[in-house]
Amino acid sequence: MVNLTINGLDVSVEDGSTVLEAARFLGFPIPTLCHVDGLSSYGACRLCVVEIGEGPRAKLVSSCTYPAEEGLKVRTASARVIRARKMILELLLASCPQSKTIQDLAAAHDVRQQRFKQEYEDCILCGLCVRMCEEQMMAKAIGFRGRGEKRSIGTPFDIKSDVCRLCGACMYICPACQLRCTYNEPEKPICGACANLAPPCLEKDQFDDMMCYMDPCVACEIQKDK
Amino acid sequence: MTQATTIRSEKIAAGTEEADQRDVLEILAKHGDDQGGLIAILEEIQTRYGYLSEDALRTVADRTGRSLVDIYGVATFYHSFSLEPRGKHLVSVCLGTACHVRGAPMIAEEFERQLDIEPGETTPDKEFTLQTVNCLGACALGPIVVVDGHYFSNVKPTKVAGIIARTREGMDEIEVETDERVFPLEVNCSHCNHSLMDPTLLIDGLPSIRVTISFDNQHCRFNRSCLYGSFNIISQIDIPTDTVLYFFCPHCYAELVSASNCPECGAPMVPMVVRNGGMMQVCSRRGCKSHRLDLEGVHV
Repeated sequence: MVNLTINGLDVSVEDGSTVLEAARFLGFPIPTLCHVDGLSSYGACRLCVVEIGEGPRAKLVSSCTYPAEEGLKVRTASARVIRARKMILELLLASCPQSKTIQDLAAAHDVRQQRFKQEYEDCILCGLCVRMCEEQMMAKAIGFRGRGEKRSIGTPFDIKSDVCRLCGACMYICPACQLRCTYNEPEKPICGACANLAPPCLEKDQFDDMMCYMDPCVACEIQKDK
Repeated sequence: MTQATTIRSEKIAAGTEEADQRDVLEILAKHGDDQGGLIAILEEIQTRYGYLSEDALRTVADRTGRSLVDIYGVATFYHSFSLEPRGKHLVSVCLGTACHVRGAPMIAEEFERQLDIEPGETTPDKEFTLQTVNCLGACALGPIVVVDGHYFSNVKPTKVAGIIARTREGMDEIEVETDERVFPLEVNCSHCNHSLMDPTLLIDGLPSIRVTISFDNQHCRFNRSCLYGSFNIISQIDIPTDTVLYFFCPHCYAELVSASNCPECGAPMVPMVVRNGGMMQVCSRRGCKSHRLDLEGVHV
């Protein structure tokens, strides 16, 4: 067992636990975006930042990947943490404002607007779909390609993967594009996810480079039939 | 023509798919079950064909038991791998900070205009592939352009046409004549531009070139003759023949390693800046006598 202090409360957790797990055990809320129980930790979104250490040596780390250490002093909601979290939410809003998940997170943390150049990305590279495909669906059909600003997620050679079973788990888990295959009328959703005000699937011309692994995509087929 | 390029052009001439697959299998067999060797395998396939074909990547995935996604991720991550067939000549224009402030973007634009392609593209006649790179580790010589492993230093937009013309003529043929001559050179580190000359230790009666080398977890001082074409060395430790050495600058401790490999044995080349402009490259393998000189103003 490892003993650590979170927001002044002592807690002992099993070896190999992360700071996030320890904090959740005590009931301290830490927002996460790229962390989902059942998938490995990745530390991409940085929303789960916490402050560890004391005085001038205090630093921000992502709690979902940081292992609980003996004697560690953690603050999950210090002014510095809140400031960093709000900044991350602003940046997420700047790149992917149409995501309901990000909108909800921003609203919950009192972020009303962002001050950066507005973009409309359809991927925030959180890697949830990649991990879902590999770890829960045992397929490894999609993965990261390229690097830097050209980094993207998709199948090798952008053709339908031999190992893809069209399970749709990647779209189910995606925080940015979960509405890709829902219908624009709330009473007629295809996959049961909540409806968005601007469903990308029905205005496909604007989103011609969107990554949809469903081939054929149900929503696209319906639109074609009309 | 070098051995590697001879093999490559034969393959391109043969062009049959089975022959291609056989080569890939050969490379894979050579690397065995070593799980860490993916990049080495891909590098070798890239050297053999000039690019990584879809079939080759699928074969690698099948044989190594890795998923195609992982291999594709690695192949697209590294700049030195190409998934498209490349032209016969690869033109790399450095856009690193030092080259950038000395006008490298103009050089890149001039190449784009004269070859009529964008960076990353290949001319329709499959002669030239243009790419921009972020640093070639020879900042003292900027703006720098490397064509098929040959360095062109202090390039100006007016020199671009000459570089292209010289590449079309074929650089290796002309190289042979210069290689037979023996003459002294004064060289500097390609990173910090400090002199590598050591007047305290004479080889061939002239000040020697001093660098630091490392191999097999051993490090030592290493002096070699400054005569171009002479292979006399003095090393603190005995070096077994065929060892690939790592060369370092004794001043800035940066590794002296070129983007190109030795045409004879495939080991990385070691670049050194020749005073008065130009670039000398020697093979990092002990015993390999491959060396190359690109003097400013001589070729262009």
